[in-house]
Amino acid sequence: MAWLLAILQTLLFVGAAPLLAGWIKWIKCRLQNRKAPSLLQPYRELRKLYRKQPIMPYPASWIFRATPYIVFASTVLAAAFVPLVAVNLPTARIADVIVLVGFFALGRTFQVLAGMDIGTAFGGMGSSREMTISSLAEPAMLMAVFTLAMSAHTTNLSQAMNYVLDTGLVLRPSFVFAMGGLMLVAVAETGRIPVDNPATHLELTMIHEAMILEYSGRWLALIEWASQIKLMLYGVLIANIFFPWGIAQDFSLEALGFGAVVIGLKLSLLAMMLALSEALFAKMRIFRVQEYLSFAYLLSVLGMLSHIILEAARVHH
Amino acid sequence: MRDNGDETTTIRTFHPESVDHLAPFDRLCLRLGSEEIQARSIKPSSLPPARLIEIEAADWGKAASIAQAEGWRWAGVFAEDRGADLTVNACLERQGVYLMFRAYLAPEKANLPSQAPYYWAADRSERHIQDLFGIRFEDHPDPRRWIRHQAWGEHSHPLRKDFRADGQAIEETPPDHDYPFLKAHGASVYEIPVGPVHAGIIEPGHFRFQAVGETVLHLEERLGYVHKGIEKIAEGRDPLGLARLAGRVSGDTTVGHAWAACMAMERAGGIEIPLRTAYLRGLLAERERVINHLWDLGSLCNDVGFAFGYYQFGRLREQWLRENQAEFGHRLLMDRIVPGGVTIDVPPEAAERMRHSVAILRRELDELLTILDANSSLEDRFLGAGCLSPELASALGALGFVGRASGQSFDARRDAPYSPYDRLQVRVPVESQGDVASRFWTRYKELRISLRLIREMLDGMPEGELSVPWYTPAEGAEGLAAVEGWRGEILCFVRFRADNKICRYWPRDPSVINWPALEKLMIGNIVPDFPVCNKSVNGSYSGHDL
Repeated sequence: MAWLLAILQTLLFVGAAPLLAGWIKWIKCRLQNRKAPSLLQPYRELRKLYRKQPIMPYPASWIFRATPYIVFASTVLAAAFVPLVAVNLPTARIADVIVLVGFFALGRTFQVLAGMDIGTAFGGMGSSREMTISSLAEPAMLMAVFTLAMSAHTTNLSQAMNYVLDTGLVLRPSFVFAMGGLMLVAVAETGRIPVDNPATHLELTMIHEAMILEYSGRWLALIEWASQIKLMLYGVLIANIFFPWGIAQDFSLEALGFGAVVIGLKLSLLAMMLALSEALFAKMRIFRVQEYLSFAYLLSVLGMLSHIILEAARVHH
Repeated sequence: MRDNGDETTTIRTFHPESVDHLAPFDRLCLRLGSEEIQARSIKPSSLPPARLIEIEAADWGKAASIAQAEGWRWAGVFAEDRGADLTVNACLERQGVYLMFRAYLAPEKANLPSQAPYYWAADRSERHIQDLFGIRFEDHPDPRRWIRHQAWGEHSHPLRKDFRADGQAIEETPPDHDYPFLKAHGASVYEIPVGPVHAGIIEPGHFRFQAVGETVLHLEERLGYVHKGIEKIAEGRDPLGLARLAGRVSGDTTVGHAWAACMAMERAGGIEIPLRTAYLRGLLAERERVINHLWDLGSLCNDVGFAFGYYQFGRLREQWLRENQAEFGHRLLMDRIVPGGVTIDVPPEAAERMRHSVAILRRELDELLTILDANSSLEDRFLGAGCLSPELASALGALGFVGRASGQSFDARRDAPYSPYDRLQVRVPVESQGDVASRFWTRYKELRISLRLIREMLDGMPEGELSVPWYTPAEGAEGLAAVEGWRGEILCFVRFRADNKICRYWPRDPSVINWPALEKLMIGNIVPDFPVCNKSVNGSYSGHDL
């Protein structure tokens, strides 16, 4: 029963990710005074791409062919570990947040290799930029995660959420800092403005898009879908770690239904914030990204410090 | 030699201290004479109001060095196959006076000294002539092929009269391979080839970057992918047909090029257009300027990922395009200007509607630019990116907003005024910073000035005819026109055959001059800033490639 629920939750995760992407696009369009496409547009695009034949560039090796599947599979597995609607599911118990970061790294490694595999200038350029950014983003993310882990005394996401739920609504400075850091990392890691522009056609400015420039057909569909899942993953992480209220703690039908509605609301709120920030800011000059991610790291470290100074001390007395 | 005018003068003496009070043209003539250059000032000029000086081919380069020392701006060069001989014509400008140097060459031994060592802007134009006419420029700093690519054999020159107008049937045009790009060497230098096919829907052009990390060491442009043979297919057209063709030299400057071509033809035929016609042409040209500046301002926002600005400017532009459709019957105003007149009119009620839309646009711009001005993330991308120093801009003779953002104030509407601008006061904004921000704000200021000009033209439009009858110009009649298009000064030369048909048409889009500026202003910038730097110059590929 629990395993069935876990699988259903993962399917919901994977299935709802394009909807979230469509929702962000919808809000962005409205903020730009444009008519918005249907919320289902990302599904249509995935279907269109899926029906098309992928084209293998001439010099590409098996890495190029395997990457879409590895990226998609690692992202779906990562999604399986993150509590979406309910905590205490068996999948969440077998892996912790370090594994999650590891899955992200696996997918990224292959994407970077595939970018270089085709031997075009853009692929190499995108890969180099991606590695620059992720090498700065990962420490910031891990630091935020460790802050959380020190408070909850676990690196397991499900248990950490239980801990936050059990202690009730307490203002923890460490969590505020860690959330700030994680949100900045999320924007960088999912390739959104102001770090990268997912909607650009300018090949010289691209980061993520430059790596996948040669992908077409169903391979492209898999990579696009994986990006959408990753975006939702970060949204769910932020929503459920810092505001887990509403998530189902038992497997009754009402609790699960309520959990689904609540996470839907939380995500749509986060999406609004993302869309608003994308409407307000231009893309940064690429070397500003270092400052931006250093700031994210600083926030995470401050979170850790404030935990040690303010919160850990309280436990002793 | 040849009889191009009734009276010619040969000039001999020059004393620098005694000529300060002279007009630039007379100074130059004296100086040419004193330097032992075989030059004859043709009077009266066959190209009024431009002056004409015939120069011995051997002195072609030396004449350019003197003109450069005298502060003349180099504006363009073209060749002409006149059967018995080839002529090469270089156009220069100083203080609003246009001057044409002309040299005669024998078709079988067609070479003359290059002017490119003295004028950077002459580089590609001379290579264009070299490719299409087979005229060799001696001591040219860069004798590689330019416009020809590899579509024709090394010894066929399509602009010679003996080359068939319908061209040569080739099944497949070979790609332009083995073009010797400049190479950079070093441990961490790498090369990025971009285009001619891009990820977005834009015109084709190839850019070769040499970079270290993200920093650009060198950028080289390779253009010519949209060569359409404009100069060749213009031959044998009637005036109306040429006006239509001119409107298609560069799609976004259809009014500018059509006006320049019509003005050149009218000057060749000695035809005066009515004042109302001139006002209507001015109105169309200013509307074209407004629409393109709006689009560029929006595109600059888009190139730094600021979609809000892009869609707002896009919306404003679309409103004006729709008004064009409603009032003039064409969104881009193609074919509204014809030889001897215009095909449109502005009745009082239409003028009232346009005044209203000017007022609306002003209000919207105030609001929008306040938002953009306060956005520090936008400012961070624009300020300091892609600097073109005033010295470089001056050496190149950069035109339009590219020149004006770098201290070059020339504007044909003010400095070499033609009707209707001779009756209006045209303000020219000049900045000296020369970066993307400067070009952004120069465009905006020009846009505001255009709106004021539109108001003034609507208010002051005189009554009168919309066109005058066309008279067949004399055989060999020639005309030169300079019109300020939205990108800058457009030059146009036209020569007629006997039967009211075109013998030679040469349009010079401002992009021809401005493209090399992009190569220089990218040096030291980072690769991902190229799109916004490129857009801030916004050269026309089509207008350059012809």
